[in-house]
Amino acid sequence: MNTSQPEMISKVLNKTTGGDPVIEINHLRKSFGQQEVLKNMSVSLMKGENLVVLGKSGSGKSVLIKCIVGLLNADGGTINVFNKNVLAMSREELGELRQKIGFLFQSGALYDSMTVKENLEFPLRRIKKEMTENERSEKINEVLENVGLADALNKMPSQLSGGMRKRISLARTIVVDPMIMLYDEPTTGLDPITSDEISSLINDVQKKYKTSSIIITHDINCAHNTANRIVMLKDGEIYMEGKTADFENSSDPFIQSFFQKS
Amino acid sequence: MNKTNPVIKVKGFATNQSVRLSEKTMAKTVQANNFLTDLADVFFFISRFLRETFSRNFEFKEFLRQCFQIGYKSLPLISITGTIMGLVLTIQSRPVLIKFGAVTMLPGMVAISLIREMGPVITALICAGKIGSGMGAELGSMRVTEQIDAMEVSSTNPMRFLVVTRVWAAMIMIPLLILYADAFGILGSWAGANLKGDVSFVLFFSQAFSHVKFMDFLPAVIKSFFFGAVIGFVGCYKGYNAGRGTESVGIAANSAVVLASLLVIIVDMIAVQITDMLV
Repeated sequence: MNTSQPEMISKVLNKTTGGDPVIEINHLRKSFGQQEVLKNMSVSLMKGENLVVLGKSGSGKSVLIKCIVGLLNADGGTINVFNKNVLAMSREELGELRQKIGFLFQSGALYDSMTVKENLEFPLRRIKKEMTENERSEKINEVLENVGLADALNKMPSQLSGGMRKRISLARTIVVDPMIMLYDEPTTGLDPITSDEISSLINDVQKKYKTSSIIITHDINCAHNTANRIVMLKDGEIYMEGKTADFENSSDPFIQSFFQKS
Repeated sequence: MNKTNPVIKVKGFATNQSVRLSEKTMAKTVQANNFLTDLADVFFFISRFLRETFSRNFEFKEFLRQCFQIGYKSLPLISITGTIMGLVLTIQSRPVLIKFGAVTMLPGMVAISLIREMGPVITALICAGKIGSGMGAELGSMRVTEQIDAMEVSSTNPMRFLVVTRVWAAMIMIPLLILYADAFGILGSWAGANLKGDVSFVLFFSQAFSHVKFMDFLPAVIKSFFFGAVIGFVGCYKGYNAGRGTESVGIAANSAVVLASLLVIIVDMIAVQITDMLV
């Protein structure tokens, strides 16, 4: 019986991590005009793990996670999230699935016209409709304390620094208790200290909320601090997959240059 | 040599000609393709707007917030514009009417001019500048900073939340702003009449409204509803479909004003033709 490469990887990972795959991507393809960004991409995310996707700018990292939540339509392949193919979902089904997925945008994407409290209330009112006003307030205070910004409740996004915006954005993402977290370059544009703080917050979220996460980055420190497993992309394809130590000990010139220069 | 030279010359000549021709054809094809794609995008946007308008879960709170933004926050600008419109119209028309001995017609003439044409068109053009550009810039910056994507991944339909509420708010508030501008225009006209004469407030208004009929109001209100639709649609369409760079925000705001103003004039021309045929 023939077994495909992603199936084999999933089986091996099941044994090593003990979890089931929550996201399975098989032979994913995505082009923008003539430019082929993702070519026959296959990868899985196991339950409870932090998967870091590394790669140069333009290698298709962000496109990958945008395809997972349906912000971009893939040209081919399958994306199974909780065993349901995202590419075959109706708008309503996709809406339901997105309630289980948290997405941290590179820019933070806080709503400029709303205060921090309103930003956090926005997804809560739509996803956790059964919550009372008091429960909502308690939940908002809890997540703000978790990201260390309990006093920012009534501030506008324009009054926040880059690191604070990322934290508030993370708080807005975890406030609805997602099962999967997708981080799009969470430490880009931040100083090394704040980057480390964000990395440890990512680990805290994984432990406290039992999330499975894909972390898109080209920051080696962030990858080192957060990864259970790393996937390296090059030219829209998986170039190498393994643990952090595998990458650090690799003699491959591309991997070496990436790890030394980043 | 004798054999190859003519062949090369003919072949080179034919190739240059055909390359130029095919380049021109390709350029025209790309232009046509872009035009048809844009047209299809507009129809798709309108069809999504209609579908979301009549779907459940209308974002009523956001709609009221937009009514406040579009209506209440435009009142100072519209008050000043309306007053000046009436004042200038009166100052300019008064000497001519005196020459023809028809100065008593002044309140009625100003009222009809304002209600039928000047009030709706000038107010709509002001709104295209203020509201249309505001929508284009706000939604454009939301697109650029991924706020629209963030809304989508948090299970909120951005079309329903951002576009439907804004377009309906514009369609309802702009006709009201136009009526408000008409009222201030007549007030300004009374002030203008009193600069070189002495007319009581009650007499001026009773004379003005004795000439105005219901059918002066109705077409103006109907066309102002379409002005609101055009301003809302264009502002939202340009902002919602803005490109990815920061310069796209400026382009969206600018093109929203230009296109909305042009469409207001075109809608007015069509409305005048239809009114002329029916009334």
